[in-house]
Amino acid sequence: MRVATVNKILPFSCVDGPGNRLVIFLQGCNYNCKNCHNPYTIGLCNDCGDCITSCPTGALSWQPALKVHWHEPLCTQCDECLRVCPKQSSPKTALYSVAQMLALISKHCAFLNGVTISGGEATLQLAFIVELFSAIKATPALQHLSCMVDSNGSLSDVGWQKLLPVLDGAMIDLKAWQQDTHLWITGRSNHRVFQALSLLAEHDKLYEVRLLHIPGQTDFDQEIDALASYLKQLPTATRIKLNAFQHHGVTGEARNWSSCSETEMVRLAEQLANYGVSNLILPSIYFS
Amino acid sequence: MSLQDQILKISTDPTLSPKQKTGFIAQAADTSLPYMVVSAAVEQAMNSGIICDMYEGRAPFKPRYVLPDYAKFLGQGSEYLELAAAQDFDEALNALTIIYHHVPSVTNIPVYLGQLDDVLLPYVGDLDEETIYRKLKLFWIMLDRTLPDAFMHVNIGPTDNVICRTILRVDGELKQIAPNLTFMYDPAVTPDALLEMATDNICHTGKPHIANYPIHASTFDKPGFGIVSCYNSLPLAGGANTLVRLNLKAAAQQASSIDQFFNEILPQYSQLMFELINVRTSFLHQDSGFFSSFLVMEGLIHEDRFAPMFGIYGMAEAINTLLNVMTPEGEQADPALLARQYGHSREANALGLRISAALAEIVEATPVTYGYHGRALLHAQGGISCDVGVTPGVRIAYGSEPDPVTHIQALAAHHQYYKSGISEILTIDETVKANPQAMNQLCRGALSLGFREFSANVAGNDLVRITGYMVKLSDIAAFKEHGSRTNTTWLGADAYDTTAVSIRKPRVASLEQTPFYNAEKN
Repeated sequence: MRVATVNKILPFSCVDGPGNRLVIFLQGCNYNCKNCHNPYTIGLCNDCGDCITSCPTGALSWQPALKVHWHEPLCTQCDECLRVCPKQSSPKTALYSVAQMLALISKHCAFLNGVTISGGEATLQLAFIVELFSAIKATPALQHLSCMVDSNGSLSDVGWQKLLPVLDGAMIDLKAWQQDTHLWITGRSNHRVFQALSLLAEHDKLYEVRLLHIPGQTDFDQEIDALASYLKQLPTATRIKLNAFQHHGVTGEARNWSSCSETEMVRLAEQLANYGVSNLILPSIYFS
Repeated sequence: MSLQDQILKISTDPTLSPKQKTGFIAQAADTSLPYMVVSAAVEQAMNSGIICDMYEGRAPFKPRYVLPDYAKFLGQGSEYLELAAAQDFDEALNALTIIYHHVPSVTNIPVYLGQLDDVLLPYVGDLDEETIYRKLKLFWIMLDRTLPDAFMHVNIGPTDNVICRTILRVDGELKQIAPNLTFMYDPAVTPDALLEMATDNICHTGKPHIANYPIHASTFDKPGFGIVSCYNSLPLAGGANTLVRLNLKAAAQQASSIDQFFNEILPQYSQLMFELINVRTSFLHQDSGFFSSFLVMEGLIHEDRFAPMFGIYGMAEAINTLLNVMTPEGEQADPALLARQYGHSREANALGLRISAALAEIVEATPVTYGYHGRALLHAQGGISCDVGVTPGVRIAYGSEPDPVTHIQALAAHHQYYKSGISEILTIDETVKANPQAMNQLCRGALSLGFREFSANVAGNDLVRITGYMVKLSDIAAFKEHGSRTNTTWLGADAYDTTAVSIRKPRVASLEQTPFYNAEKN
């Protein structure tokens, strides 16, 4: 049975799809976004052990076969290990089999409208997702739960085809409109993202497109004409979720970028609305 | 401070209204009386803060909570109030407006305004929905402005009807602190859309509370029940004659071991609780003359439907004390310690449940002089403004609450034991406003696990729940400058300063009742 490397599980989230969702954050990402707000989910641990000496409470230790072991009861969540990690990773991950994950979902089932797999980049552990979602849909007590992924859209068409039969909806980040901007922010091309958006739209599985607006960095406002035309041809049910860039969790040069204010967010929303884009969803909270 | 100085201090307080001053001066006068005759052991337990009479007074002349049968009142009129039976909707609202001013409670303002859909439906006649809406909206504004106390509670549901729907609409629009509102939910009767309307309102106003109708209905007999003040479930046409509460934290501090706590401490202090309950209720029932009032004579309440409430609070600290995992004073618990505390550790939660079960057994087994079927009713009490370092009821300590789903799962099993109510408030972050379906599912989950009441506060709402009643945060700020029109904002300001309210995730306070005039604060 498949096993996944999990960074975190939340039994209550109202921002990862419709209703209350159990959200599973998988470890590992193939993008390296300058603005990433949880960069410690990007890398996979290579057991270098640099974090072991940094831990002030002795919660990290060597296990046989030179594996880094995290002893949770001793951990005070000071996150010093994340700061010293050279791999943008975390020693505080856990392995879950599909059966273990099903047991956890069953425990919280009465409170849930569905399950969302996020990350990191969820689809890097595609086989686990397909097996988990198939099992949810095959379990009478769980099959009412909707199964969604939150993804950067980098999965190939072949990969999406494997997932589609057990997927109820996807939330896809469109990090930038122009190829150059996308490359500069994420380190990867946006070609696959547009392919994924088309494929998901075609199969009525595109629940939400997410645009993170970083004033002066992303190009949504400069490319408003092309962006709006593109968004308008997506299914009308697809939510266009506008997110405002904030500094929380961000490391590196993006800390010096200005965050997105409510005024700037509303301006972008109004521009899109003027072009006829509907189903725009704005943030419920702003921090700046 | 001498009694005269105290009265002068209240009388010259620039932030209280004349009516509020009258109340506090009367309370000061009552407090100047010698206490009713109690044993030395009770006196000592009271002086050391282990048991507490909630400052209800030394010569109790009114029950704590009164739940008149308003439907009967409208149907028969009142000889005392010189009112004929109501003939139409306007007459019904007018008669209710009148009688509310004659229903006493510990706050002097009625805590129960009735199961208003049951009460008003017979008078709807051929009125259309918009007309009902206009009339109820005026009625709602009148309640908030003339009886400004958020302990005052309206009940609606579980059936779908025009009064229930319109009240939800009016309450959601006006966003007033008063009246407080409980919606009864019965999965067999309540349509999904109606529950959704209620849970949508919670996202924007923190009201209504959702009561688990089948559980409450099976707890009480045929004449029914009502939810009053903050989550006190009590017999309809009766009420609570007193509330005495036990500070579990202070009791646990007396214990030398967990076994000794169960075998000696808990039974001993429970007996002192019953002694105090019997002394207080005997005065009320035998000496005060209350039970010859028109409410009794006209059959709107019955003496044998009044129960004493056996309240407890400080479960969180009691458990952490018994397990020796208390957070050092003035410090924040680190995650490793937190993981061993009440609300977070399986062992701690199991011990809490064992205490609740033991308390329920004691209360069920002990006859009282004036009780409901001869018994008191166990209650997890929501705290009062002077509580420092003691968490209300069986709640998880302020600032250390887990996510709402884990929170509910940690506490759900307690609910079966607290027949007269258990006050737990979940704090949900503001993002839920854009996704009210999440609130709805959380509510369904909680009720399906046996929660008696589901109560949630959305961070960022100006309306914030301070134990079971609402205050406006903007009012708390303004009160310190100018005083407040509403009685409960005053309490909220006091609680906001003394309790750990502001570290509750993110801000909920908890007290149930104004205890006394706080001379130092004012």
